[in-house]
Amino acid sequence: MTSATAQAVSAPARQVRARRFVDRKGLIALLIFLPPAVILFTVFVVLPMIDAVRFSFFDWTGYGPITDFAGTDNYADVLRHRNFGTAVRNSLLVVVVSLTIQLPLAMWCALSLAERSININIFRTIFFVPFMLAEVAAGLIWKFVYDGNYGLVPIIGDAIHTDLPFVLADKFWVMPAILLVITWKYFGFHMMIYIAGLQSIPAEVIEAARLDGVSKWRINAFVKIPMIRSAIVISVFFAITGALQLFDLIIPLTNGGPAHSSHTIVTFLYEFGIRRMRIGFGGAVSVMLFIACVGVALAYRRILFKVEQT
Amino acid sequence: MADVAGYAAKKRRPTVSTTQWVVLVLIAAFVIVPFYTTALGGFKEIGELRVNPFGLPESWDPTRFVEIIVGPTLFRSLWNSLVISVLTVVFSILFASMTAFAFAHIRFFGSRYLMAYMLLGLLFPSATAILPLFIKMRDLGLLDSHLGIIIVQVAFAMSFSVLLFHNFFKELPKELIDAARMDNCGYIRIYWYITLPLSLPIIATVGVFNFVTSWNSFLLPLIVLNTDANYTWPLGIMQFQGEYGSDWPRILAYLTLTIIPAVAFFLAAQRYIVSGLTGGALKG
Repeated sequence: MTSATAQAVSAPARQVRARRFVDRKGLIALLIFLPPAVILFTVFVVLPMIDAVRFSFFDWTGYGPITDFAGTDNYADVLRHRNFGTAVRNSLLVVVVSLTIQLPLAMWCALSLAERSININIFRTIFFVPFMLAEVAAGLIWKFVYDGNYGLVPIIGDAIHTDLPFVLADKFWVMPAILLVITWKYFGFHMMIYIAGLQSIPAEVIEAARLDGVSKWRINAFVKIPMIRSAIVISVFFAITGALQLFDLIIPLTNGGPAHSSHTIVTFLYEFGIRRMRIGFGGAVSVMLFIACVGVALAYRRILFKVEQT
Repeated sequence: MADVAGYAAKKRRPTVSTTQWVVLVLIAAFVIVPFYTTALGGFKEIGELRVNPFGLPESWDPTRFVEIIVGPTLFRSLWNSLVISVLTVVFSILFASMTAFAFAHIRFFGSRYLMAYMLLGLLFPSATAILPLFIKMRDLGLLDSHLGIIIVQVAFAMSFSVLLFHNFFKELPKELIDAARMDNCGYIRIYWYITLPLSLPIIATVGVFNFVTSWNSFLLPLIVLNTDANYTWPLGIMQFQGEYGSDWPRILAYLTLTIIPAVAFFLAAQRYIVSGLTGGALKG
């Protein structure tokens, strides 16, 4: 009823205003409201991305005019770079492990903790705390845990009477170690998304299934999880984009080492593009990362749209 | 069977089974142990870390904590982070709410396209543009300044903040705006006296979310700042860790001191963080 009256009131007004771009009062307001955000966004978000595309086609030292056209040489250099494959593989590995281990773990916790009660809230808060911790602090805490002399890993080694490797200095163990930290840090966040979804399921639906004698496990698998599809799509989206921009955790933990074996796409960009001031090279990495992010975002919109249709 | 006693028994049955309970406790231990050892490690001698990892320290000697607190770097870097985060929050709320108000309540030519343009930032993270951003900030003379960081963070906060404000403004009762317009009240006054006071929940959500992002940010300050005096706390702690190598008790003490205020704040504001992430995402 309320929206109907509002429309009735504003309909004639709209016809009058439609003749101009905007009425005079509105124009003044627009001139005050829009410029700060639009200008900042254009100068510091949109233009840098356009710059990245431009840089990627030139050999530029960063000073003076940009003249030395390089065609697609920079892209070829990136693709040929010894560590680029490792960086892409590691980023994909993070996605795969997030989807196969972290999200199921988060889902299990959410299903266990979705109902409200005091002692359950404590678990929720505990699981969520690592997410709120800064990545740098989380990285340093786990650098200590993994420290081969004073950390917790050698203590586990003492307990089982073996010498465990210095995991962060070991080319084989470094990625599993990082993946454990990622799971530790982010599963609580995904759990919260699922809990928000689960709490929006009408209680009658669950109650009806329960009265029909459907087992708890089958309710979870065939009622609850299908009903929170959009929450799952969103958490998958966050897991993928998070993996694509992973940086803050890696620097304190390994700095990309040992022997550049734990680089992700962004640490690769930082190490080989920015620190060495190879602007064309870094531009090419940025453009590829940009395309990956936009591709994921557009695919996500399409999938989410489909999910909400059904 | 469906008598009152049976119903009561069903009610009393815990929703979490014993097995689930055990697994939950194990996961909780996995989450807590790194925090716990960090907090106690600051009191222990380096040799004690290995032989007594989980027990209480032999002596509660606060020397390291005191040294760090009276030292110049900790509070300077926390203060720098605070200034940057607060100003980022203030300006991102102001600019994003003004823009969202224009999109929500003022009809003008091309508003849908401009809105779509402002939301482009949702497609990619700031890390993507970090190299050209560095060049742009150098050319504008913003390197090694807090202002540069604030400007860039506000710019990158725009898309998500505008989206959240827009969704919220659309839900506000239209009658209020229409009534005010009939009373010849200008848009700016409507924005300031009607819309903003009604928007405290969303202001809190956007504010807390942008604050956390800014407080924790690392890559941007890493690239922009190069004077110790200007460092934010993540840079400060990385530098401290670099200086003291594997003097873990000292590093753990420093870590504890930086984490305590942040975790306390985040626990208090948890509600807004969760609603910002899930609410914004689920509706977006």
